[in-house]
Amino acid sequence: MFELTVGSLLNIVAMLAAVAVIAALLIWIERRVLGFLSERLGPNRVGPFGILQSVADVVKLITKEDWVPPFSDKLVFVVAPLIVPIAMLLSFGVLPIAPGVGVMDLNIGLLWVFAMAGLGAYSAMLGGLASNNKFALLGGLRAAGQMISYEVFMGVSILGVVILGDSFNLREIVEAQRDGWFVFPQFVGFVVFVIAGLAETKRWPFDLAEGESEIISGFNTEYSGMKFGLFFVGEYIGMLLLSALIPVLFFGGWYAPFGLELPNPVVSGLFWMFIKTSFWVFFFILVRAALVRPRYDQLMNYGWLVMLPLSLLNLLITGAVVLAQGN
Amino acid sequence: MNAAVRPEAELPAIIKALYERFGESTFVRQHTAESMPTLWVGRDKVMAVLRYLRDEASPRYEMLLDLTAIDERMRVHREGQPASDFTVVYHPTSFSGNCDIRIKVALRMGDLSIPTAIPLWSSANWQERECWDLFGIVFTGHPNLTRILCPPTWKGHALRKDHPARATEMEPYRMSDEIQDREQEALRFRPEEWGLSRKSDTSEFMFLNFGPNHPAAHGVIRFALQLDGENVLDVVPDVGYHHRGAEKMAERQTWHTFIPYTDRIDYLGGVMNNLPYVMAVEKMAGIQVPERVKVIRVMLAEFFRICSHLLFYGTWAVDLGQLSPLFYCFVDREKAFNIIESICGARMHPGWFRIGGVAQDLPKGWDKLIREFVEYFPKRLTEYDKMVMANSVIRQRTRGVGVIDTAGAFDWAMTGPALRATGLEWDYRKNRPYSGYENFEFEVPVGVNGDCYDRAAVRVEEMRQSCRIIKQCLENMPEGPYKSDHPLATPPLKEKSRLDIETLINHFLGVSWGPVMDPTEVTMTIEATKGLNMYYMVNDGGIGSYRTRIRTPSFIHIQAIPFLSRGLMLADFTAVVATTDFVMADVDR
Repeated sequence: MFELTVGSLLNIVAMLAAVAVIAALLIWIERRVLGFLSERLGPNRVGPFGILQSVADVVKLITKEDWVPPFSDKLVFVVAPLIVPIAMLLSFGVLPIAPGVGVMDLNIGLLWVFAMAGLGAYSAMLGGLASNNKFALLGGLRAAGQMISYEVFMGVSILGVVILGDSFNLREIVEAQRDGWFVFPQFVGFVVFVIAGLAETKRWPFDLAEGESEIISGFNTEYSGMKFGLFFVGEYIGMLLLSALIPVLFFGGWYAPFGLELPNPVVSGLFWMFIKTSFWVFFFILVRAALVRPRYDQLMNYGWLVMLPLSLLNLLITGAVVLAQGN
Repeated sequence: MNAAVRPEAELPAIIKALYERFGESTFVRQHTAESMPTLWVGRDKVMAVLRYLRDEASPRYEMLLDLTAIDERMRVHREGQPASDFTVVYHPTSFSGNCDIRIKVALRMGDLSIPTAIPLWSSANWQERECWDLFGIVFTGHPNLTRILCPPTWKGHALRKDHPARATEMEPYRMSDEIQDREQEALRFRPEEWGLSRKSDTSEFMFLNFGPNHPAAHGVIRFALQLDGENVLDVVPDVGYHHRGAEKMAERQTWHTFIPYTDRIDYLGGVMNNLPYVMAVEKMAGIQVPERVKVIRVMLAEFFRICSHLLFYGTWAVDLGQLSPLFYCFVDREKAFNIIESICGARMHPGWFRIGGVAQDLPKGWDKLIREFVEYFPKRLTEYDKMVMANSVIRQRTRGVGVIDTAGAFDWAMTGPALRATGLEWDYRKNRPYSGYENFEFEVPVGVNGDCYDRAAVRVEEMRQSCRIIKQCLENMPEGPYKSDHPLATPPLKEKSRLDIETLINHFLGVSWGPVMDPTEVTMTIEATKGLNMYYMVNDGGIGSYRTRIRTPSFIHIQAIPFLSRGLMLADFTAVVATTDFVMADVDR
């Protein structure tokens, strides 16, 4: 066996391939699961059980006419959809998958994730503005408002974990959970993080920026072909990132629950990360099938009047308890 | 002395009251097949009469159910009616007194103008625009007397008898780029024409074309929204994209051959559209349909009510942003359509009712399918209640949104679930039973607040009641023929025309030419899926209708959308549009 080190070429290549493949699979899984949940079959034609649906979609999207509306701001219009998948992929760099598996080991890992998520928000905003379309404009504005607000609570909600883990480094946060998951002491932070994270990925029920029944397709109304596909891919990578971050921050990362560890720590880590991430992926798909989109002002009120005080309170109490215990 | 034989005692109370108030010489009375009080009045008096009916008469006539016109220039039989080239027909209705009246005004060519009724009823606005568009009658004082169903560039008035009814009667049409540009330019929304300003002191407004192709527009309709950020300041609905000229077609078809066209009016209502039409013709012909026919008709009409409401339910949830219910509703709708298909042979437009009966008898084993459905469906509805109606986000989104009270609903001529959601317990099936509805046990669900949530809740409960009615049909289906043996029933019973030369002749005449009835007028209204659907037909003794007026609920309801949605947010607007529950084919006809 060769030694696995964070940042080795093998790690980088494997990570990139895994994220790309899983994100593509996710699209299929989501459509399939949603299909079953609504008494349909979902895509089942391409490959066994329709597993190659995303390949067919990509081929179709790439071969479609690459149309840039003549009335748009062309440079921004083309650049905007690139931002979100790149930012989301970069976030994966700091994600600790298992001991020795990962791309970067940054001591500001968590901040890096937030910075990238913040950058990702520009995709929808710029895409909406550059389209020069009224529906896209409304979508872009909604995206800007929603993501900037929810980023605030997302950041604050996670500070409790940082206090407990005593680090911004995601690996150290995971290692700090060796004896107990942070979800128990940080339950409020966890709930706020899941909701805010959902809003960050602009997924149902927080898809106000797309809001099909209101503003057609929101910020991506004018997009077609692979440029539209990139928004899509970005959204799914974002969902995958969120589903992986929740275990890392709250559910002990690669550590096995109930002592069910496999013999090899790396295999065990990979296995448990996979299970935990899958759980959250399915959770988000179920949420999409069940919940209703709130109105824009209700979303904002909920954020600033419920989530922000909750997360601040959580931070305050966590800090006080840790201080009291530390002395 | 028997009081009943004296002609004064026979006079309906409202006519007597009008005679007393305005003098008998003001009016000319006309007799019609359905014996609705019908009075002709001069143009100078009509507004006073209508105002009296609305404000002072007892009972008060709260709603202007319909306003239309007739081109009388080609009439043959107008005995006893005042001379008229174009007749404007007002149809106020009273909910408190449960009665109708028809007021007619004769207009002469060259002076086709009449005062607008908008000060009395807001709902007159679009109906008068329609009359101007299709007949060229000018309503003086109308704020926007512009085309509504035909394109703004249209020449002529389509429902006039001298306007061609078929494309083959006109020059071949070619659309050059030039014409296309001109047509598109004519469709451009100009806020100034609707009295909307482009900016206020603090902000510049955005005008958004919500449609004609929009996921939540439910068909080809355009709402021009005046937006301040996401706040809807005003709405201008633009209809007519789906106009096929159904009323014009009715003038070319025989009584029998028009039946399939009615299916396409409210295309979610299927055979329910046939019902007022065939009942109106039966009224004129004096046909009494057998009991079995009545029950079969009720059963299928209620199936279509369920189908239509299910579509509403699912799309409403999607418009609010809930994904799954739509699919569940479509699964149930599919089950209902399977039953309809096994009975009628078609799914959405069976065109299955006939003058004097229905097309065929029920197939063998029909009861098994329906029994399964009535047992399965209420359980599903209970599940949807938990998923949709009890959902707190949906409640937040729809309670107190798009509120209208009963008086407002009268003013905007809103009927059906929209009217019942305001708390008025009034259902045509209950209050003026037709086709044997008086024999069924069912409740009339009502709302309290008249908001989006109540409108949806009323429809959901109506599905339960429809299911109840279907169950009663199932258990009490009378034996007997599926068609009347009246000579005007078209086509007659097949078995009889094989054996009986008289019936064979009737069959031949009815199908190759058309049934002929004595000249008269008739109005028949039913509680359709979306509100009151009314057929008003003028029979001039021909093989088909001289004038067919189809009063559809959707057309009237869309008019009220600006009233309902001013001051709401864009997301609320889709909720209001969804709960208005219109079908564009029903709007534009």
